[in-house]
Amino acid sequence: MKNNQVISVLAKKRSRNLKIMLALTLISFVLFAYLPGESQDVTFNFVLGDEWVIIQSWVIGSKIGAYSFSALSALFLVFAFLQARKGNKLGVSALAYCLSVFIAFMCWAAAGAAISVTGLLQGGLFLAIPLVFGSLSGLICERSGVINIAIEGQLLAGAFAAGVVGSLTQNSWAGLLVAPLAGALISLLLATFAIKYAVDQVILGFVINVLVIGLTSFASQRILTTDAARWNSSPIFSTIQIPILSKIPLVGPIFFSQTIIVYMLYVIVAIIQVTLFKSKWGLRMRAVGELPVAAESVGIDVNKVRFRNVLIAGLVAGLGGAFFTVGSSGAFSRQMTAGMGFIALAALIFGKWTPLGAVAAALLFGFADQLRTVLSITGTPIPSEFMVMVPYIVTIIAVSGFVGKVRAPASDGIPYKRGGSH
Amino acid sequence: MSLELRAITKRFGGLVANDAIDFAVADGEIHAILGENGAGKSTLMNIVYGLLQQDSGTISVDGKELTINSPLDSLAAGIGMVHQHFMLIPVFTVAENIVLGHEKTGFFGKLDLATAREEILRISQEFNFDVNPDAIVEELPVGIQQRVEIIRALIYDAKVLILDEPTAVLTPQETDELLNNLKKLRESGRAIVFISHKLREVKAIADKITIIRRGKVVGTASPSAEQSELASMMVGREVDLKVDKEAAKLGSEVLNVQNLTIQDHTGRTLVNNISFQVKAGEVLAIAGVQGNGQSEVAEAMLGLREHVAGSVKVDGQEIIGKSVVDCLDLGIAYVPESRELDGLISSFTIAENLVLDTHMSAPYSKFGRYFPDAVKKVAQERVAEFDIRAQSVTDTASSLSGGNKQKVVLARELSRPVKLVVVSQPTRGLDVGSIEFVHERLVAERNDGKAVLLFSTELDEVYALADRIAIMFKGEIIAIVEPSISREELGLYMAGVSLHAEVSA
Amino acid sequence: MKLIAKKAILPLIAFGLALFVGGLVIGFTDSRVLSKIGSPISFLKIFASTVGNAYLALFQGAIYDPNLVEGHSFLTGFYPLSQTVVNAAPLMLCGLSVAIAFKAGLFNIGAQGQFIFGAIGASYVGFHYELPIFLHVVVAITAAIILSALWGGFVGLLKAKTGAHEVIVTIMLNYIAANFLLWILGTSTFLRPGRLDPLAPPVKDTARLPRLFGDNYSVNVGIFISIVVAFLFWLLLNRSTWGFKTRAVGANSSAARTAGISVQRITIGTMLIAGGLSGLAGAIHVLGFQYELTSDTAGSFGFDAITVALLGRGGPVGVVLASLLFAGLRVGGTTMQANVQVPVEIVLVIQALVVLFIAAPGLITRYIKIKNLESGQEMASKGWNG
Repeated sequence: MKNNQVISVLAKKRSRNLKIMLALTLISFVLFAYLPGESQDVTFNFVLGDEWVIIQSWVIGSKIGAYSFSALSALFLVFAFLQARKGNKLGVSALAYCLSVFIAFMCWAAAGAAISVTGLLQGGLFLAIPLVFGSLSGLICERSGVINIAIEGQLLAGAFAAGVVGSLTQNSWAGLLVAPLAGALISLLLATFAIKYAVDQVILGFVINVLVIGLTSFASQRILTTDAARWNSSPIFSTIQIPILSKIPLVGPIFFSQTIIVYMLYVIVAIIQVTLFKSKWGLRMRAVGELPVAAESVGIDVNKVRFRNVLIAGLVAGLGGAFFTVGSSGAFSRQMTAGMGFIALAALIFGKWTPLGAVAAALLFGFADQLRTVLSITGTPIPSEFMVMVPYIVTIIAVSGFVGKVRAPASDGIPYKRGGSH
Repeated sequence: MSLELRAITKRFGGLVANDAIDFAVADGEIHAILGENGAGKSTLMNIVYGLLQQDSGTISVDGKELTINSPLDSLAAGIGMVHQHFMLIPVFTVAENIVLGHEKTGFFGKLDLATAREEILRISQEFNFDVNPDAIVEELPVGIQQRVEIIRALIYDAKVLILDEPTAVLTPQETDELLNNLKKLRESGRAIVFISHKLREVKAIADKITIIRRGKVVGTASPSAEQSELASMMVGREVDLKVDKEAAKLGSEVLNVQNLTIQDHTGRTLVNNISFQVKAGEVLAIAGVQGNGQSEVAEAMLGLREHVAGSVKVDGQEIIGKSVVDCLDLGIAYVPESRELDGLISSFTIAENLVLDTHMSAPYSKFGRYFPDAVKKVAQERVAEFDIRAQSVTDTASSLSGGNKQKVVLARELSRPVKLVVVSQPTRGLDVGSIEFVHERLVAERNDGKAVLLFSTELDEVYALADRIAIMFKGEIIAIVEPSISREELGLYMAGVSLHAEVSA
Repeated sequence: MKLIAKKAILPLIAFGLALFVGGLVIGFTDSRVLSKIGSPISFLKIFASTVGNAYLALFQGAIYDPNLVEGHSFLTGFYPLSQTVVNAAPLMLCGLSVAIAFKAGLFNIGAQGQFIFGAIGASYVGFHYELPIFLHVVVAITAAIILSALWGGFVGLLKAKTGAHEVIVTIMLNYIAANFLLWILGTSTFLRPGRLDPLAPPVKDTARLPRLFGDNYSVNVGIFISIVVAFLFWLLLNRSTWGFKTRAVGANSSAARTAGISVQRITIGTMLIAGGLSGLAGAIHVLGFQYELTSDTAGSFGFDAITVALLGRGGPVGVVLASLLFAGLRVGGTTMQANVQVPVEIVLVIQALVVLFIAAPGLITRYIKIKNLESGQEMASKGWNG
């Protein structure tokens, strides 16, 4: 039998990934370590405020750092290679590999400067918050079988409503209360057209975004700017230091010194992760997103389940929108979500339609964005315009299948009509 | 418990799918509904089950009239259904599928699967079903998936069990097991409705037979009735179940497949190292239960699959690695398994569909220009030749009936100069008239000296057309036999039991 | 004629409804209108006059403004129409770019990014090289088309080779293109001598598109180019084998594949063409109207193009008409904002509503009976798994 030419597809993909990793390590050695002229000190700071244990700053020569971490990445590459030969997954060694290359990169990019690692992570989380809300909204919609391109619109509507109501009442809580409702209102539009009128959902989401951008920008220009003191100056939430937890080094300032919106986010993430897989609600949601006719056959009203979930998704994204106004700046400005809804969508896909995956992807994108800001202040060899592109490029790489094949819920985007296809 | 339907009528637009149908089944009885594809059997049962609503007529259970608006109502009335296309979520476990729609929840709304697991194991033991409640459904063989549907109906205490074409996906042995299980269920006092177009099975299991044709009840029969009698009632005329076939005049070898292996994109092996040859003037039928790798082999014959290794030669020329166009140019006609998905473009006109593969050659095209008038003209000839019933060649393909759609595909594929005809499930879902047409046409191609490779899960079709039969099981060809083989033996092969008799490899 | 009337009726009703809803938004956000809410009669009066004035200003800004005539020929009043047509040309080409992708079953949200690359290419050739008068335009346009076709074709390549969904990829590429533009405008090659802000040197006279009605009206040959391209679009789709293949892939890609049509080749080719069309739009905008590359050159052409393609239902005639309509709304909206202080963003609202009403024929036909209405199903994108 001459079967030796049979292709193991997985092995093929793995060997391609290893090749890419090898190339990156070489680039890391040459670009970050060999090419730069003289070595400068890089300082990594870990302290923000009054944590219990003060971690010392860590100073390293940029060339030494880049060489050592490139070497470390090579080591992890060898590990990964050995794992691959055994046919194991690359998960952990690949992660360690990425971290090493990243630190080598930082040594190069921040040569001669000081980087506050804690500040970087904290800022990353800050930027990721609307992304997490948005991607969870997408998750709930798409797991029930409705594609949600309108995340941008939901965020924007939430931000607008929270800002205006917060200003009028001079009460940030009032703003926080109406934001989810505004998001749900957009969802109502999405659900009605997608489910009742079976409009193509990608096109629909796009058009809804245009509508919301138009309406909020129009109102902002016509009303908010005429009397900003009355319409557009909401009080904002202050940060709440969680006793004890906020004093933990590194973790404390990042996760436990945040506003109420962020703490609500933690709760929502936990709830969605658990309920999606372990509750009646989650079971039905996944059922109508995978094979709606089967759900119908056991007496589930598919379109009702979908309708409800799209509304719930709107509540989540709307709440995330509040973060832009009552959660941070207090004032609404035109198109202030700046495409975050689309990045959130990308995070959802990158995270393979799972809650924790989407959260991780959103955090990664937020982090990349913060890194750009930090590096543009410290000054780096890379133009900041290119740093801005990082999340977009990462997304393209992700959807191109380099991170593994992603599979959407089977009936995502397909309108359901009762009685099948007669 | 008894179920009674009176004067059920259902229209879809101008089409009357069910015309005043009366039907009744009592407990401890198996009542078969016999009818060809498209006769309206499934529509009727979907009405009973609440997936569709009747325009008029009544449904009563134990003499009480019911309004059934959704499956919830029918489930509450004790009606359970085993669907032709399983109503199971592929990515769910068995237990998750069973609780879906009837979820019990515990603390903070946590899903309770433990009770369901126990129930599944209990029923599984009672009927010797061997179903693991924690298995993922899509990883189970279809026979087991069907049992999951039966278990579901039993857990929800169905007193009337409706089975819609339950044997379509089963091996003969699995079919026998199913029929035995149905008898057990009958003994337990349940009423069973058995929907099928297969005469043999209906005769074997039913206590009563109701025959439906074009949406109407045309009569009832007892299981002792002759097959030919049942067939003519079902079709509305005398049916000759045999296809006239001259003895094969074998020519040179046209198709030679050696060590063909096919994987999917995740690296799972779907077809494992198979070899066979087809000569000019013969029909090689590849039989087997759905999902044993036949579809993949068929697709590989036209270069439609990736991750393929081995050798496929047509007239001595290797086609692995070649594009679809090159394969077509080599003289391969290809009738895909799904005419709706792969055979036709439903929004295109009939004329356009007739030139899908030849639109870039004369007389339809010159230097990249496309001449719609030339296409129309030739289309009119084809429509006449293949007896395609359509108002106009500029109507969309979606306006055609299933049989006429298949004729369009055949007309397109057989109008080119071809050496090898690859057909996959060519008569699935067709009425008897169209089946006869397709079969005659295929035999004509064989007699004309072409090599015909037929993939079929219908044993009747295999016996009617094949000069040799290859049986596929789990991605391998486990035997190639003469059509004189008995149904029992063939069934054993299809179930993966390797016998001694390999005729020629 | 009957056919055209039948095709036009739904868009017309949708447009009317959108204007109506837009009017409500304008009226209910006006403080003078709201102050009269107590007395119904005067409320209605001032409501009507506010909305009426806004739409009148919109019309005057888009088509004909008698105020401009004073002392000149009545033709001077058509200055706004000239502006509308100038803006319609790139919009039309971008609309065709989105439409051709739709025909192949692809949703091209990337017209914006492709436009940017076209504009960069045209601008660079336009200011950097010295070439004879006609040739300069041709070279500049060719450069624009090649650059943007590659940018668009990359999407097709990714889709064909890896299955990456074009919606996500084009959205991301739009951001990348916008940032690339910002960066390149800061490089020494593109920085206008003596300036520090992101502004490229002006395009040389030899590379500018000739104007049609003298220097006072900016309308130029760009509109002719666009209409010719719209006709070629029709020819390509309906009278060429490439078009046949494209339509087949768009309608049912797996049947097309089975019939020997290379879906990959069509996907890549279509995105090349789509990119080229948007790039041509960028070139026409830079060479015919703006004469210089700025960070805001692309405006919102690429995004408006999607609504144009949807309103035009993917056909060339529809796209031509829809682009004129939306260009008029844009241009008129700016005047409206200046004259009666109604923000131009109302135009976005109207655009979105028009498309929404058209995309859901069920919504309109529920209340208004239209005979033999065609369903709007020809415009559909494919879900993530498609």
